[in-house]
Amino acid sequence: MDNELIQFEKDDKHCVLFVQGDVDLSNSSQLRKTILSALKTSPEVAVHLSQVSYIDSSGIAALVEGLQYANSHDKRFYLKNLSPHVQSIIELARLDQVFTIET
Amino acid sequence: MNAKQQTQAVIEVNNLETYYGQRKILDGMDFQVDQGEIRVIMGGSGSGKSTLLWYILGLYKPDGGTIKVLGQDINQISFNDHLKLKQNIGVAFQSGALFSSMSVGDNVAFPLREFTDLDENTIRIITRMKLEVVNLGGFHKLMPSQLSGGMIKRAALARAIVMDPRLLIFDEPSAGLDPVVASEIDDLILSLRDTTGVSVVVVTHELDSAFKIADRITVLDQGKNLLTASVEEVKQSKNKRIMDLLQRRSRHDKLDPEDYLRRLTQENYTLS
Repeated sequence: MDNELIQFEKDDKHCVLFVQGDVDLSNSSQLRKTILSALKTSPEVAVHLSQVSYIDSSGIAALVEGLQYANSHDKRFYLKNLSPHVQSIIELARLDQVFTIET
Repeated sequence: MNAKQQTQAVIEVNNLETYYGQRKILDGMDFQVDQGEIRVIMGGSGSGKSTLLWYILGLYKPDGGTIKVLGQDINQISFNDHLKLKQNIGVAFQSGALFSSMSVGDNVAFPLREFTDLDENTIRIITRMKLEVVNLGGFHKLMPSQLSGGMIKRAALARAIVMDPRLLIFDEPSAGLDPVVASEIDDLILSLRDTTGVSVVVVTHELDSAFKIADRITVLDQGKNLLTASVEEVKQSKNKRIMDLLQRRSRHDKLDPEDYLRRLTQENYTLS
């Protein structure tokens, strides 16, 4: 998949999703589907969020659903390089204590 | 400031006139709130505070003047555009106004079910996330009747923010709460603004709360905007009406003990 919102790199064991721009009600379902699809085919999925200028609650929920799926299917799911906006939204909901976040 | 926010004013009220029967309630009201600002509206009973909120929310048609919210003239736009606009405005009234027959979770989820096509799993996650934000994590199954006053206010706040609005409007968010709980609500409002950049309009009688959260305070008097100024400017105002309003002193203000004693004891004491 190659589009404006999400690009990815993949090998046998890893899938890395690069998200950019605004994530809101108009496209969060696309993020959710891409994350779940990546988790079905890779044991480890990372989501890079440094280029995300805005994320709404439905976008955060997509990330939570990814973690929910990974935990119940013995996969590894983590977030990487949060933009300041994403970081503050995740901290507001205290999800920084739930997600694995790498820099 | 993120891509969803613009630098324009989020509320522009110009020369608003409204009547209740023959009585003029708002008399040439001008009122503007900027993006990302926390504006507190103060004023005595009957000054027009709540009326102004009702007209900003489009509950009534004004008799004169214009009201723009998020750049749109709310008396000129179509019904459908107004419906979309309202989804960008979160409102929490003094009573909380929760649906008594619904659980806290269903109350908070209500706007998501009403206005979006999100599936139930996503709605559940967003709802519980918002309850975590207002420190009501795990309380989603309780009914409103099982909540304390402070919890009802926080649940109403969770519902107000569930759609990630650009504008939040609160009518007396800390009225009737003890100082500790009221302070928690204030912290929550500040935290939401600082994190999301949401603009906030708060009507309150609580001086401590107003001074803590306001970027600017608007003082209404007899249906007019008497003064819009910073907290310090309002505190130092020599306007008699404003000084009277501030006579309801903040508990943290330092008292002049001699003046206080005179107020208590002198038969003919008047404000200087």
